[in-house]
Amino acid sequence: MDKLTNAQIAWRAAQDIDDGAYVNLGIGFPEMVAQYAPEGRTPVYHTENGVLGFGPAPAEGEEDWDLINAGKKPITLKPGAAFFHHADSFAMVRGGHLDVAILGAYQVAQNGDLANWRVGTKGVPAVGGAMDLVHGAGRVAVITDHVTKDGQPKLVEACTFPLTGVGCVTRVYTSLAVVDIEDGRFVLREKLAGLALEDLQAVTGARLHLDGPVADLIVPEAP
Amino acid sequence: MDKRIASTAEAVAGIPDGATVMIGGFGGSGAPIELIHAMIDRYRATGSPARLTVINNNAGNGGIGIAAMIKAGMIAKMICSFPRSSNAEAFNTAYLAGEIALELVPQGTLAERIRAAGAGIPAFYTPTSYGTELAEGKPVAEFDGTSYVQERWLKADFALVKGELGDPMGNLTYRLAGRNFNPLMCMAAATTIAQVRQLVETGGIEPESVITPSIFVDAVVEVPAPQQEEQLVRDGVEY
Repeated sequence: MDKLTNAQIAWRAAQDIDDGAYVNLGIGFPEMVAQYAPEGRTPVYHTENGVLGFGPAPAEGEEDWDLINAGKKPITLKPGAAFFHHADSFAMVRGGHLDVAILGAYQVAQNGDLANWRVGTKGVPAVGGAMDLVHGAGRVAVITDHVTKDGQPKLVEACTFPLTGVGCVTRVYTSLAVVDIEDGRFVLREKLAGLALEDLQAVTGARLHLDGPVADLIVPEAP
Repeated sequence: MDKRIASTAEAVAGIPDGATVMIGGFGGSGAPIELIHAMIDRYRATGSPARLTVINNNAGNGGIGIAAMIKAGMIAKMICSFPRSSNAEAFNTAYLAGEIALELVPQGTLAERIRAAGAGIPAFYTPTSYGTELAEGKPVAEFDGTSYVQERWLKADFALVKGELGDPMGNLTYRLAGRNFNPLMCMAAATTIAQVRQLVETGGIEPESVITPSIFVDAVVEVPAPQQEEQLVRDGVEY
């Protein structure tokens, strides 16, 4: 089955971010979304450790280790950037001030439940800001492969992994489709042009509902 | 008023066994490495302070800072949001061997619990962790149709923080994203000890630029060329 690369998924998610939006991108894969902001749009990126308005990593040798993001990677500042302490930073999150949060996922349930912080009970647990980030943003979107490495659906009726948040996800960008979560169900908005609905349904762990036309999911070959 | 202290050794001399100690910083950014190492020096020389509860976002990296405290056996319990990281072998080993306890707190809840303690608010309700295993056993209440989890304030006996500028009264500024938990911890501890890169005279920090007002700070020690945790870890330094 043809599927989008991570870069293509990130590109698609970036198309829905408005100019001037305040955006938090989760650590790892979601950080890629910043590379694909459409021409003429300048989102302002928030990082939990206390920076608004940061830019890409500095050149090697130019790092300042007091200037890092939530993933502890070195960053640069854009004009208009601001620093603040952690309580203000999470006030921006929970207080409904962010327009968009884009996160990774182990599983997303049809009611919007998200599991993205641990897969079991072994090892050292670590939650960071995951459970905070799912609350408050105007849109909480997930970007993910449509299935796990061994082919299991990541869009499911109910999460089996430990929950990060309840009923929090509003849209999922996958390697095969764009799916909204509305009234406790998955609503298919876009799918790859060559992909039959029944084949998409077969790799989705809950029913895909249709509400109006399904658009082709079109992305650049190499964004 | 003069809260200046001559050395990091003197600054940490009063921390007793069993104390709860907040340590500022997020990863290595804004981490008071020299104050931490002064505690380790004292522990190696005297056996104190031992059995500490340490509150930090993380649980140490490499073989320096909080990781070196864990290796030395000074910490009984960590309260943090993200103990797991690429260089967190010290914590991982101690935790999996059952030698150190862990209270895992979501990052924003950790910050707000500390802020609440500093502000005299014993408990608050947050949406964070509702419906998850980290909310188990905690009171839940509904406000305007949404469910929230009750969290309690988090206080400490001592806070060790890193500032950029400090004055003899204890007014502080911070460098870049090194601010993170530091201003909150200053408010939440019975005794707050700040290391600063530069001590200036009283009045030497513009009142508009003060981030932590002196009322929250008890002791200031100058560390003119502070080490950077991330650089020490990359250089493979073991303390």
